[in-house]
Amino acid sequence: MSITKEDVKYIAALARIDVPEDKLEGFTKTLGDIVHYVEQLQKLNVDNVKPTSHAVPVGNVLRPDVIKPSFTNQEALAIAVEAKDGSFKVPLVIE
Amino acid sequence: MSLHQLTAHDLLDVFKSRQATPKEAYDAVLERIKAVDPKVKAYVRLAQHKPEFKGEFQIPIAIKDILCIKGEETTCASRILKGFISPYDSGVTQRVKKSGGTILGIVNMDEFAFGSSCETSCYGPTYNPWDLKCVPGGSSGGSAASVAADEAMWALGSDTGGSIRQPASFCGIVGLKPTYGRVSRYGLIAFASSLDQIGPLTKDVRDCALLMNIISGYDDRDSTSVNEPVPDYTKALVNDVRGLKIGIPKEAFVDGLDAQVRRSVEEALDLLKKLGAIVKEVSLPHTPYAVATYYIVATAEASSNLARFDGVRYGLRALPSRIRKNALVDMYEETRSKGFGDEAKRRIMLGTYALSSGYYDAYYLRGQKVRTLIKNDLDEVFKDCDVIMTPTSPTVAFKVGEKISDPISMYLSDIYTIPANLAGIPAISIPCGFSKSGLPIGLQLMGKAFDEEMLLRVSYTYEQNTQWHTMKPKI
Repeated sequence: MSITKEDVKYIAALARIDVPEDKLEGFTKTLGDIVHYVEQLQKLNVDNVKPTSHAVPVGNVLRPDVIKPSFTNQEALAIAVEAKDGSFKVPLVIE
Repeated sequence: MSLHQLTAHDLLDVFKSRQATPKEAYDAVLERIKAVDPKVKAYVRLAQHKPEFKGEFQIPIAIKDILCIKGEETTCASRILKGFISPYDSGVTQRVKKSGGTILGIVNMDEFAFGSSCETSCYGPTYNPWDLKCVPGGSSGGSAASVAADEAMWALGSDTGGSIRQPASFCGIVGLKPTYGRVSRYGLIAFASSLDQIGPLTKDVRDCALLMNIISGYDDRDSTSVNEPVPDYTKALVNDVRGLKIGIPKEAFVDGLDAQVRRSVEEALDLLKKLGAIVKEVSLPHTPYAVATYYIVATAEASSNLARFDGVRYGLRALPSRIRKNALVDMYEETRSKGFGDEAKRRIMLGTYALSSGYYDAYYLRGQKVRTLIKNDLDEVFKDCDVIMTPTSPTVAFKVGEKISDPISMYLSDIYTIPANLAGIPAISIPCGFSKSGLPIGLQLMGKAFDEEMLLRVSYTYEQNTQWHTMKPKI
């Protein structure tokens, strides 16, 4: 399984990253090398092996539903790139 | 000895006997930073907020740029987070402050902890105090270099695949990755949530135990934090390994392992044997697949975690000069393209690929299954061993620039450290010698889940019978 420039463009679009033409070749090569490297896992028989998503088994963790102090609107917006009327502001999406 | 050269526990003695105040110690370390950091470049910025000098453990500490500190800029060494002033404290910095810890500043790392050399930082590299032409390791390279150069008494780092242990090894200090869930990850900027763990980088094993006492424990703000009682880790500092069983995996001593590293680790093993430990050859047949497994599991989790950096709320926002798709998507793409460095982009794309439709079963699901096999190997060995010993890294510190253009050779630097993250078990790196060129060598001990005490006991015994931890670099 090799990675083509078209694959990289497709993955980049999924990841919301814009890869300029002059970087495409480099990313295609390094990503191809890594995918080739991880393909060694195909050699192993994993039939009947359960996947591990967490080394320490954790299920749903519940806590009592108690109201605690949290950020004020002002504190939360203090880090905003742009804010208006108590909200984060983004570029106009719909005319 | 000058104040900045002391270990944290020696400094506590100095405070007790009133030979110096915590403020004097803090200022002495700041002076040291001024003197040597222009060469080492461990710090990315000094703390804006000066400490209150109150509390039991007023030890000058360096914090990795991945841990949120209230009122301080936290950037993960990435352009995308420049200007982000954290409105809250992480669980560990809260504990450090409460204990009296005096925060000196924020130290360098690979961008988003993606790297083993500290070279992918947007601030440029940190240099190894033992040889300024070499890397300090990574990703917690700034943490390790600051401690090794006496620019901090101790430091906090984070470890997803070896990011505490490998730099500790490269810089000749002690670094511990605790059991997954032992230390709260609240306020740690996430790389791979099922693997990340915060831990101490210290000048010796006693300091490691002391800092573990400060940072360990349950936190209901991290749902993966484990509610197990925390022992007094200094009680584990017993100079005795008689009858303890040390497993030596035969897979660890293969091609690619530097001859000098091998010899140092074998000599350490001989010493522990002389001190009464029982050495047993064991097998971890799936560990050769650990790096491949890791680069699927970790990048998949990273691609999801880093989706939050989009220019909407905080950090960088970049807009293209003309509309490409639509205003919002353009903002995401422009922000992420300008904000992330190449290695971050590479890992996000790799993780996106492993999770994408058509490849999920072949890559991500298979990776998780091999993770089970690696964990089973370790569980099996721990039925009859107290610790497993390996080198920490196959080589000593390499030259700046040597591996940066070859991702796979960089990734292989973590071949010994990755299995502990995949299995969630604790592991420590301690100094065990020097190469002919004068670079430190580290050995790794892995332990059973929540048995950090055993790692500390074996490490302490080794340290009490050697002098490596007392050596200082000339900068």
